[in-house]
Amino acid sequence: MKKNQNFSRKDVISVASLARLKLSEKEIAKFQKQLSEILQFVNSLLEVKTENVSPTSQVTGLTNVFREDIVKPSLSQKEVLKNAPGEYKGYFKVKAVLNKS
Amino acid sequence: MNLSNLNIKKAHQLLQLKEISARDLVADALLRIEKSDSKIKAFLTVCSKMAFVQAEEVDEKIARGEEIGILSGIPYSVKDVFSTKGIKTTASSRILANYVPVYNATVIEKLNQQGAILIGKTNCDAFGFGSSTENSDYQVTSNPWDLSKVSGGSSGGSAAAVVSNMGLFSIAEDTGGSIRQPASFCGATGIKVTYGRVSRYGVLAYGSSLDTVGVIAKNVEDTAAVLELIAGKDPLDATTLYAPVDSYSKALKENPARIKIGIPKEYFNSKIEKEVKKAIENAISDFKKIGFQMVKVSLPFTKYAVPAYYLSGISEVSANLARYDGIRFGFFDKTAQKIEEVYDQSRSKGFGDEAKRRIMLGTYALSAGYYEAYYKKAQKVRTLLKKDFEKVFEKVDLLIAPVSPFPAFNIGEKAKDPLKMWLADIFTVTINPAGIPSLALPCGFSSKNLPLGFQLIGPQLSEKLLFQAGFMYQSRTNWHKILPQN
Repeated sequence: MKKNQNFSRKDVISVASLARLKLSEKEIAKFQKQLSEILQFVNSLLEVKTENVSPTSQVTGLTNVFREDIVKPSLSQKEVLKNAPGEYKGYFKVKAVLNKS
Repeated sequence: MNLSNLNIKKAHQLLQLKEISARDLVADALLRIEKSDSKIKAFLTVCSKMAFVQAEEVDEKIARGEEIGILSGIPYSVKDVFSTKGIKTTASSRILANYVPVYNATVIEKLNQQGAILIGKTNCDAFGFGSSTENSDYQVTSNPWDLSKVSGGSSGGSAAAVVSNMGLFSIAEDTGGSIRQPASFCGATGIKVTYGRVSRYGVLAYGSSLDTVGVIAKNVEDTAAVLELIAGKDPLDATTLYAPVDSYSKALKENPARIKIGIPKEYFNSKIEKEVKKAIENAISDFKKIGFQMVKVSLPFTKYAVPAYYLSGISEVSANLARYDGIRFGFFDKTAQKIEEVYDQSRSKGFGDEAKRRIMLGTYALSAGYYEAYYKKAQKVRTLLKKDFEKVFEKVDLLIAPVSPFPAFNIGEKAKDPLKMWLADIFTVTINPAGIPSLALPCGFSSKNLPLGFQLIGPQLSEKLLFQAGFMYQSRTNWHKILPQN
């Protein structure tokens, strides 16, 4: 189990890129300081013994919630595309994903 | 007629007696917004036109002699994280500046069916990330008691609106205290429900294993009346509970068996300010006078609740906010040339600092190599926190605790120190990882005339008992009746 006491400049750049955020130099410096402080604070969790504890992600114990598979009216294509920044013939418009070359 | 200190129950009676009309109620709420909201800044969007149309429908119904429900003709506001068909919904974030939903959240649908009248969308910390509304990308909501203080957060706009008579109740959301803390800072009553008690369909997500929808109003009676009409199973939200919804309003008239309330020592530590502590001690003696048994208890894992809460929350944030990519909806940066630039630039320009911090930390906590140490660890500690509460609720029915260690703080006081802001929530975030409900109630004023509050916490699905205990308290005290002058 890895733990990290310091959030380095490299860490900031790396998570920002994973999270699709582009940061300025100023932001990198600011966030490095702030995120390091927060990380040090949450590191107090590491002192809790949890060897035989199972994780909780759902607190009310509901599992496998089913419903009848009935077709109901849904939003129209026009409505679904209403908030799209770019639309082309009823599709979401996206910049080229693959290059020609 | 002076409509300023109306609550839902009184307004409903006056509507039935035809002493006022729904139009009067709407006009009064809108007038107050017009007069005072340039100072308070509780609203991001006001929907006057639609509100008057709805009011007319209710008034026609009354004129025809039809029965009306308790919420018919009652003006209300909603935190701007709830999707409202045809009405801009921003989550107080730039990334949704022009987003107009094409469907309603289930809660809004339910309130529409009841004839409740939406007057506007309230300001909050962007996506609910904060404790003061200072993380809103648009404006800071001032505390109606003192404009230099914060209204609390994240649902600051909702709480400020309610105590300023801008609508008789507000629908908000509580992930780590976002209903209770602003209610407490503004002197309102607020309920954070059991996880899954109210549908979240159509609510912009923050932390999906923690988010709950609740109510802020002027007193317990009103809060209970609204909750019983919005709670329940929703096929559109798989996390909603099957358990039937109690008739909370009816239950207020019953006398519950002798209630035993626990006082957890971890919540009365050195971090709590003297005045807050004193006010809660007074509430404790009020409960004793009512005949409740008050006993000291301990929740040993409390100090780990804050880091466990935040780690769970931010991890879920990083997943939930991945959908904002500038393609299907939300802000799109027109200068982007390539697909990667669309993502990077739209997100970087669209999200504020707190959203960026939480996304980055969450991404980190979920990333390969750190997942075990952070996210999974937090989920394990969550089990321990849950057991802490389960054990204590074998001995007592409810718990009493402060909502916030201090009254409303100065605007700007914590804004530059994100960790300090996070720590403002030490007494509220503790319960969300356990999915249990809590009712925040006003219990006095500080020497600077700022409202103080406490919370009653119960086991899962104990909303009825919380309301009963809260109602008994408010039947003996007047704190909830005192509103700011404006």
